[in-house]
Amino acid sequence: MLTKLYGSLKRRFTYPFILLRQLVITDFKLRYQSSILGYLWSLLRPLMIFLIMYIVFLKFLRFDYGVPHSTVYLLAGIVFWSYFNEVTNNGVGAIVGKGDLLRKLNFPKYVIVLAGSFSALINLLLNLVVIGAFMLVDGVEITSRMLLAIPLVVEMFVLSLAIGFILSALFVKLRDISYIWEVLLQGMFYATPIFYPLHVVPEKYAKVLMLNPMAQIIQDLRHVMVTPKTPTIASIWGTPYIRLVPIGITVVLAVVSVYYFRKRSKYFAEEI
Amino acid sequence: MAKSTEPAIIVHNVSKNFVLPHERITTVKSAFTSLLKKRTKRTIEVQHALRNVSIEIKEGEFFGIVGRNGSGKSTLLKMLAGIYQPSQGEIEVRGKLVPFIELGVGFNPELTGRENVYLNGALLGFSKKEIDAQYDDIVTFAELEKFMDQKLKNYSSGMQVRLAFSMATRAKADILLVDEVLAVGDADFQRKCFEYFRTLKRTGKTVVFVSHDMNAVREYCDRAMLIEKSEVVTVGDVNKIATAYTRMFMRDESGGDEESKTGRWGSRKAAFTSVQPELKKISGMKPVRLICKAKTHEDVDGLVFGFLVKTEVGAHLTGVNTQILKQRIGSMKKGEEIMLVWDIPNIFNDGRYSVDVALVSADGDVYDWWEDATHFTVYKEERTPYPTMPDIRVEITSPPSK
Repeated sequence: MLTKLYGSLKRRFTYPFILLRQLVITDFKLRYQSSILGYLWSLLRPLMIFLIMYIVFLKFLRFDYGVPHSTVYLLAGIVFWSYFNEVTNNGVGAIVGKGDLLRKLNFPKYVIVLAGSFSALINLLLNLVVIGAFMLVDGVEITSRMLLAIPLVVEMFVLSLAIGFILSALFVKLRDISYIWEVLLQGMFYATPIFYPLHVVPEKYAKVLMLNPMAQIIQDLRHVMVTPKTPTIASIWGTPYIRLVPIGITVVLAVVSVYYFRKRSKYFAEEI
Repeated sequence: MAKSTEPAIIVHNVSKNFVLPHERITTVKSAFTSLLKKRTKRTIEVQHALRNVSIEIKEGEFFGIVGRNGSGKSTLLKMLAGIYQPSQGEIEVRGKLVPFIELGVGFNPELTGRENVYLNGALLGFSKKEIDAQYDDIVTFAELEKFMDQKLKNYSSGMQVRLAFSMATRAKADILLVDEVLAVGDADFQRKCFEYFRTLKRTGKTVVFVSHDMNAVREYCDRAMLIEKSEVVTVGDVNKIATAYTRMFMRDESGGDEESKTGRWGSRKAAFTSVQPELKKISGMKPVRLICKAKTHEDVDGLVFGFLVKTEVGAHLTGVNTQILKQRIGSMKKGEEIMLVWDIPNIFNDGRYSVDVALVSADGDVYDWWEDATHFTVYKEERTPYPTMPDIRVEITSPPSK
């Protein structure tokens, strides 16, 4: 029974898996082609953004995050946001960008979006190495609590992917999505306490802000990785169960995205 | 391999419509405004790409689809591949279908030949290990040993096609969809293609083959289908379909203002009065007798008669003139009549042929040149995919049967 199930699963997913692997490899090969620093850019880019924010917010504006290790705290926020930014932005044009292929070949379309999200995940892992180095330099205590980052990264992966699926499918029919998403993403960036300390926001607004899944995820990640003093959705609402709201939003988005993408994907080839 | 009667592909009453709104809604603004205008008429054009197509393609069959550009062939192929969804009806495919319909799908000019082999291989469903195992064969077959580490954008188009074809021949599937591969590549490539087709036939693969090359269709296909204006005209015998296809173009050319298209020119110092084959329809190996009558309108010195037989697509097949045959026709007075019968051995394949006739002076002055003066049809049981079918006999000295 189990071997039969394994066999049928294997048959069903061998092709998507081969395809996914090859698309991720190709994506990486192509991404930094004919750039001198190549792969280093995936580390350099967030580091440079971090440097700007560090100078502006920590040195010029002297923001007080009210937490120790504020440098790592800021860097972690930027790195995790970059991941979300990359997956959703790539998601918008993912299907349309592969239009040529879609018109000539019948293959599982979700692989395209998934491949984009996996290459962003590899980027994220590389960046986590940099964060790790900063943590050691800054003397952040290494504890087993850090393992809690794994489910949080999974949540972020699912959330970004779900939005990526919806955006990519919508963009096939509605090309305005790229502009709309640009604005929405900017809005979300400010609705997430990445560069500003959460305590400067009046509490009633902070409560609403933290319901945004990215705000919950980033604060929780900082909480488990950088410092337990990080204000999280649980500390602001005074109950850990409030996490069910952003997690619920993520789950709903995931279900909607799978349903919508599956329904639309049959018609991608003729609509692009 | 014996042909099975099990169907590999069943197309049941399939139609495909493409909805083309005259103002396509691709922006939110237009979606919004068209929402407001909902009560008013929105012009939507429905393009019927295919109408009520039903076919069954058997396992191991080499099935041809012919038709003009825009007739719906590629739409059908894309539906078989699952790229497009039918608007109505059902398509059932039994067995593993190779999902590509063009060569070199997914080739990326920025990647090297080697990287493209792995990418294209993955699209065809090969894992890295599987490609590793046959990598050398792929490269050797494509004759690109020295170029695999160069970027594809530096390949000539011939090299790209060779690599793509080498990959395509690797596809492990029961059913293959082949769309117009013969249109690209040189003679050498075509030869490789034909070899590949023979291999496919030998190994009993089901092949759906779209082509404009009627000789290839005749040679390889077991059955064929003619599509015209989104509908199936006929399904069946390859020769009939191929002939019907070429006839479609004939009909088009002769349509319209016939006079202006009729090519007949010359000084008419002497002119044909009638040109006719003895029989319009010739069956078997009976010779074709072409009777030409002409009349002089002035005194002429030394006439030369000639004819040219053309196939339906206008290819020059055979012809001769009295000068080549060393038949001198002396001077003629004004108003004289002359009759001439060409006795042409029946080397023709089954099909319709048209005849040009010419009447010129010994120096080459054209008196009367008449294109498509007449035509005849040859019916033969057997036929070859080549231009002619002369009366070739075969003698077999067989070993005594046991």
